[in-house]
Amino acid sequence: MSKSSICSNQLALYTKPKSNALQSAVQYIKKNFWLYLLLIPGVAYFLIFHYAPMYGILIAFKDFDVVKGVWNSSWIGLDNFTYLFKSKDFFNILSNSIIISFYRLFFGFPAPIILAILLNEVRSNTYKRTIQTILYLPHFISWVVITGIIYVFLSPSTGVVNLMINEFGGKSIAFLQEPKYFRSIIVLSGIWKETGWGTIVYLSAITSIDVEQYEAAFIDGANRLQTILYITLPSIMSTIVVLLILRMGNILRNGFEQIFLLYNPMVYNVADVFETYSYRVGILEGRFSYSTAVGIFQSVVGLIFIMSSNYLSRKVNDAGLW
Amino acid sequence: MKLRRTNVDFIVDAIIAVVVGLIAWIMLYPFLNVVAVAFSDYSEYLKRPLMIWPRNINFEAFEYVFSNPLILNCYKNTVIITALGTIGGLFLTVVTAYPLSKRHLKGQKFVMMFIVFTMLFNGGLIPKFYLIKSLGMLDTLWALIIPGMLTSFNIILMKNFFEGLPKGLEEAAKIDGAKDIYILYKIIIPLSMPIIATIALFIAVSYWNSFFNAVVYIRSTSKWTLQLLLREIIMTSNAALLQGTNFAEEKLIQTQSVKYATLIVVILPILCLYPFLQKYFVKGVTLGAVKG
Repeated sequence: MSKSSICSNQLALYTKPKSNALQSAVQYIKKNFWLYLLLIPGVAYFLIFHYAPMYGILIAFKDFDVVKGVWNSSWIGLDNFTYLFKSKDFFNILSNSIIISFYRLFFGFPAPIILAILLNEVRSNTYKRTIQTILYLPHFISWVVITGIIYVFLSPSTGVVNLMINEFGGKSIAFLQEPKYFRSIIVLSGIWKETGWGTIVYLSAITSIDVEQYEAAFIDGANRLQTILYITLPSIMSTIVVLLILRMGNILRNGFEQIFLLYNPMVYNVADVFETYSYRVGILEGRFSYSTAVGIFQSVVGLIFIMSSNYLSRKVNDAGLW
Repeated sequence: MKLRRTNVDFIVDAIIAVVVGLIAWIMLYPFLNVVAVAFSDYSEYLKRPLMIWPRNINFEAFEYVFSNPLILNCYKNTVIITALGTIGGLFLTVVTAYPLSKRHLKGQKFVMMFIVFTMLFNGGLIPKFYLIKSLGMLDTLWALIIPGMLTSFNIILMKNFFEGLPKGLEEAAKIDGAKDIYILYKIIIPLSMPIIATIALFIAVSYWNSFFNAVVYIRSTSKWTLQLLLREIIMTSNAALLQGTNFAEEKLIQTQSVKYATLIVVILPILCLYPFLQKYFVKGVTLGAVKG
């Protein structure tokens, strides 16, 4: 430990306590010197990598010139936003983002709840633990690998699925080129990857239920379904509501990787979402200002969504996120 | 208390066990199939595409993968970013979470809000890209290492774990005049191994799997990561196949096997590490999330 800190501690001891606010503040900081020192790298990190880009939001309101930099580029006001709202891409990406999100919510949200309740009903602990180990695995595998598996499985010429279709006399289908199959593939592969992992939080909520409740129900002659409906489900309701609210707040967010890795120009009209669109126009086409405007729209609307759903949750459930 | 069980209970138990087992099978099957195909002769695949056990074992695809200098270089890059990112990320997460676990500390609330706010709102893709460019990190491995080292989620998880630790030892040390840094190093860290293992796993997996940053920040092939390469291998030959070109039968076979072998090479480290760490993370996540 450094000498200076020892000195400063001694100093703190020997200085006469005055009713001076500044002095007591200095003393407080000296007393907690290490705690504040430890905070510095983390705070600096967030300032540089999260708050500095917020300054870059100005790019959306400027005719951004890389040579001139953010500050010196000329202002163009809301031109990028009016362009965005008028373009027909906008309606397409907005509706795709909402539709895909909604499918995910409708089919994907209940899945881990059901699975967690089923797991809780498994009697043998060894069996349960083995199953859990397998269920958590897909969460740790990258989208690149999983979409890679999807590609090789669905390949029209050599994929397992089409080999089976051919076996039964059917014709090969290029699943990933067909707009009608695309969203189902996105939603199903998402459920496949994250359902197992999603059970963790519900299972931990279930373990905090008092066992006596189940015993009392058994003595009263309740059957399995009744204990699930009247004990398990109500006990995890607050967890369900909090997670549902989080999901509602993220309704415009679909993530970049999964969709980017699976889509192709033939399915853009059903697959393109905010993340993929702002990447294409920004990084590939170099329209920095326009792409920033797209990002701001998504961020601001997302913020409004999450604030209002948190407010609702506080009202209804008294269990908000903050 | 042992509950008396009826025949109906046994049937219901059996049905639940089967259903849960089937779901687990669906999660596991694609991996088993990919492993089996990767190690088998291609003709076996055409005979039994659904196989889960390698037949007529053939390492040709792997020999090709491990002799390809591009693949080896991507492996090296991925190992570098994962190692540096995990060490740096773990260090930053511990030192940031510890002061934040002291609720009495003045300014703690403000710093928490400062960190949580970034989960709700961010500058977006282009401002971040411009930042990386201004820092001179574009097209370097640093662009893949430094952003993403410290996440709000990991800080909250670790902070909640620290808050749940028994206070006795810490207070005793404090009375003896120990400094906070000493308490963190000698008392808190040894008690926090489950959460440290969990977060180390989370960070390492996120670096190993990271793809988006590489797509956005990396241009030159010499700095590619495994995920970028895998994507390229799967897509390029796929595009060629889709165009219905006149690939010779043999060449087609080779690309298919190479795809499978590359898939294996990319997931193997995770598959090897996962069983050892998974016993920690359930505990770590559960304890950390209680107050989340």
